[in-house]
Amino acid sequence: MISAAINWNIVLAVVTAFIKAFVIVNVLLVIFAYMTLTERKVMGRMQVRYGPNRVGPFGLLQPIADGIKLALKEDVTPSQANVWVHTIAPIMALVPALIIFAVIPIGPSIPVEQGACLPGSTATCWTWYIANVNVGYLYATAIASLGVYGIVLAGWASNNKYSLLGGLRASAQMLSYELAQGLAALTVVLMAGSISLYEIVGQQNRSGLPFAIWPPFIFGGTVAFVVYLIAGVAETNRAPFDLPEAEGELGAGFHTEYSGFKWSMFFMAEYVNMVNVSALAIVLFLGGWWPASPYWFGPTLAGILGPIFFIIKLALFMFFFIWLRTTLPRLRFDRLMALGWKVLFPVALANLVLTAIFVALWPNGVWPFV
Amino acid sequence: MAFVELTSPPLPSNRVSETLGDFQAIAIGLGVTLKHLFQKPITMQYPEEQPVLSGRHRGRHELRRHENGLERCVGCELCALACPAKAIYVEGAENPPDNPISIGERYAKQWIVNMIRCIFCGFCVEACPTEAVQLKRVFELADYTRQSMVYTKEMLLVPNDQRGLQPEDSWLPG
Repeated sequence: MISAAINWNIVLAVVTAFIKAFVIVNVLLVIFAYMTLTERKVMGRMQVRYGPNRVGPFGLLQPIADGIKLALKEDVTPSQANVWVHTIAPIMALVPALIIFAVIPIGPSIPVEQGACLPGSTATCWTWYIANVNVGYLYATAIASLGVYGIVLAGWASNNKYSLLGGLRASAQMLSYELAQGLAALTVVLMAGSISLYEIVGQQNRSGLPFAIWPPFIFGGTVAFVVYLIAGVAETNRAPFDLPEAEGELGAGFHTEYSGFKWSMFFMAEYVNMVNVSALAIVLFLGGWWPASPYWFGPTLAGILGPIFFIIKLALFMFFFIWLRTTLPRLRFDRLMALGWKVLFPVALANLVLTAIFVALWPNGVWPFV
Repeated sequence: MAFVELTSPPLPSNRVSETLGDFQAIAIGLGVTLKHLFQKPITMQYPEEQPVLSGRHRGRHELRRHENGLERCVGCELCALACPAKAIYVEGAENPPDNPISIGERYAKQWIVNMIRCIFCGFCVEACPTEAVQLKRVFELADYTRQSMVYTKEMLLVPNDQRGLQPEDSWLPG
């Protein structure tokens, strides 16, 4: 009797996780496709012109046309390139970008049966994440760092000096900015007292205000948020920190020698990373699904409203990325490193130490805000 | 020969106010782009929206007629001589007295302009002694083959029922 040994709860959990993963990957890729259109349209309007508006109504079918074009394009591998690494590099850039979202909670859990969705409780809950890893932020930042391997290896495997310079810049830039980003996130971890992303959001909803505007620790969260945001733009290689691809200096940087579908994978990785950085910023600093707090709306209504608020915040972040790209010119490389090491890193470090002192002295926040 | 001395601006003594100034500059820049986001684009949606051409726009050629239906062109080849791009080929012929085609002694048996070569300078119009050649305000001349870009007299001549009209949409020098 093998069937008697099957634990249906585990089967259900595995199947649910598979379905959620499938949905998330596809939604992320659709977001990518329509972000390219949104970016071109918003940038166009900011430059007092229309963006693409010929394919379908309002150009809404443009991403599909682009996708077909890219899929049908010739896939060129340079004769002197390392073929194996050249092929695998775009996959190494894209896969980490796609799997970060597994730990990001976009809404509060909804109890399906009697009980509350709290840590340790046995009630069955519908969850808005795939996995609630208790070191969630660590997982996210570790996977995000893996993404740079794809870029560095792409630059190296292309056997092209511009590509190599782009790859080198990417690695230097990611290393410098990850430090400041990590310290900014640590500030939040200190204030929340947890490293699980679900718990960090839960803490912000319990106290009623997101960490970015939370006064009890003398706005340590605000400083950390600004540092995180700047570092996040640098992490995703977006303008004004898009030095790895710097068209004016490096051709197209690390993806100079890429075409067709492999090139579009780098493109996907960049846009999905924008979503990831934005989602993490929302989770860490903007309270995730706040203000749809389960303490204000009740668990079920908050569970339904939560993802809506999350997605609105995500859309604002994506707009902000486009807005920055339209506005700011690219930094010079030494200025970029100076900003990372001489400004963001000390500021984040000082902010972390100050917050740590406050948390150690007044674990519940500084008077009179408690 | 004076050399301009390149000096970097002096470092501000107050780093904090410098940083705040940087943030202010970024905010001003973001404000400019946000303001333009809500402006109406100046792009002309060309195929649906046609441009308003200048009165002196020089486009496709046209060979005109007199009021009595006779062709103005007398086959003098001055336009071909004046053409800097050597785009025009004119072959004149004796005007048959019993069935005249033009008002002169000769007429243009062939009047061919190669639109790939033509630079739309209007010198042919200026050279023409009988005001036979004109440049109309027609600019949509794209086509798929080189052969189709060679315009013959039949294509350029005003239809007989429109003779004598002083076309509003053509460019005349002076």
